[in-house]
Amino acid sequence: MWTLLGIAVLVAGFAVRLNPLIVIALAVAVTGLFAHLTPIHILEVFGKSFNASRYIAIVFTVLPLIGLLERHGLQEQAKVLIGRLKTATVGRLLLAYLLFRQVTVAFGLPIGGPAQMVRPLLAPMAEGAAEKQAPDLSETEREKIKAMAAATDNVATFFGEDIFIAVASVLLIKGFLEANKIIVQPLEISLWAIPTAILAFFIHGARLLLIDRRLRGRNS
Amino acid sequence: MIQLEHIYWLAGFMFAAFALLDLADKSNTRRFINAGFWGLFAASFLFGSHLSDLANGVLVLALIVLGAIGLGRGTKGAPTQSEKSTGAARHGNLLFAAALIVPATALAGSLLMLSPAFSAIGLIDGKHVTLVSLGLGAVLGLTVTVLWLRPRLLTPLADGGRLMDSIGWAALLPLMLASLGAVFDAAGIGKIIGDLATTWLPLGTPFAAVAAYCIGMALFTAIMGNAFAAFPVMTAAIGLPLIVHKFGGDVVIMSAIGMLSGFCGTLTTPMAANFNIVPAALLELKDRDAVIKAQLPTAFLMLGSNTLLMAFLVYRF
Repeated sequence: MWTLLGIAVLVAGFAVRLNPLIVIALAVAVTGLFAHLTPIHILEVFGKSFNASRYIAIVFTVLPLIGLLERHGLQEQAKVLIGRLKTATVGRLLLAYLLFRQVTVAFGLPIGGPAQMVRPLLAPMAEGAAEKQAPDLSETEREKIKAMAAATDNVATFFGEDIFIAVASVLLIKGFLEANKIIVQPLEISLWAIPTAILAFFIHGARLLLIDRRLRGRNS
Repeated sequence: MIQLEHIYWLAGFMFAAFALLDLADKSNTRRFINAGFWGLFAASFLFGSHLSDLANGVLVLALIVLGAIGLGRGTKGAPTQSEKSTGAARHGNLLFAAALIVPATALAGSLLMLSPAFSAIGLIDGKHVTLVSLGLGAVLGLTVTVLWLRPRLLTPLADGGRLMDSIGWAALLPLMLASLGAVFDAAGIGKIIGDLATTWLPLGTPFAAVAAYCIGMALFTAIMGNAFAAFPVMTAAIGLPLIVHKFGGDVVIMSAIGMLSGFCGTLTTPMAANFNIVPAALLELKDRDAVIKAQLPTAFLMLGSNTLLMAFLVYRF
């Protein structure tokens, strides 16, 4: 029971906005000690799985390319392009991206991501569209719109990828059920991810279109 | 064959270059901390596979210390607004073509691996095709762009390093949280939570079992930062014994929607740092929780929808 203290440390640490690195280190120490793991053993478990998680950071290898293109005006051009599209609004742009990302990821096609797509293209486009809708956009509103661009990439991925049969979560479900002597096909699991995907499109999509309405209401 | 390890080398050399460039940047008052941090990160990528678990653990500990002291940022060399505007006017939409080389390569890699003839050549490790093609796309995109724009040799690395410094210690966070999950696992946290859930939650009716399972998945995922850790625990504690065996629900529908309920939790938590915190850092937002705040309404509405959807479907098929 005391082992759960690690979770309490985590929640409290995040709540008082301590540096997350320290919070995690404390949570690890507390959890490990109450579970009667030796400090050496804790360090070994931590080191081993850190090493196995390095793949998460591979995405940063795109940064030199993105940095170079930004120096030559990539983000500015994204704003120019969206400025030329007369009917483009923040809501419609993000809605189109939501649909595109959900459908492609459902077929297992990895087109998107915060470093590859959101920072260099989607966020500046959304910002450009918003500037057109509300020329006196405040810094807070600007931040909110950029955050929404990143959020839309996440929502689309989470509620699209399970339709693809070879995605890790579908294989995990299959593996877990198999260990419990229940045999299912990945295709059955992915088909039952479709209703949620459709709901996500309508729910998040409606929120996106509400941004347009808010920006319109501000002007009048 | 190009394997994940080769992409780790690529990342390792890149982080090593960032460390050296930071070290030489006298406009950064904390340049030694930056250089140490990215240098250790580079070491993890270059040598991590050959170090002992304990050595890797010590390496992470050193990274935590440097990251907690705090990285600095140089003040020189950032592109000026006029430089960017001139560039946009001059190069126009070709800039997009260059930026799209990365996703196009990732796409090509995934599509090519579907063809048995291509995977038989064994050019790319099939298990990690997405990650390997991402790394290859970064190299290909950079090569093409450098040949096109002809920048000074170190400019791309300096520009990439500047972006990396603006992300700073947050880059370490996703890896740390994944490792925290492993320590939780070793300490048996999952079983304790599963036992707690079955002891304290009202599970007497078919609907209550569905609600407890979906909300439990979301909560547990928010704590662990990852639905993959929550799924086996909650499904073994509530899903299989109650929804499937006691009330006769369909196991496939339960599993599929259960996992997606977990994803609602992922949208709400700083523990899922690579989705929620790193993008905020990448976009240089002042509020590091801005992306989570943007996601919260969608997350709650989707959790409600998933719960109702499961309650409606799981006992019907």
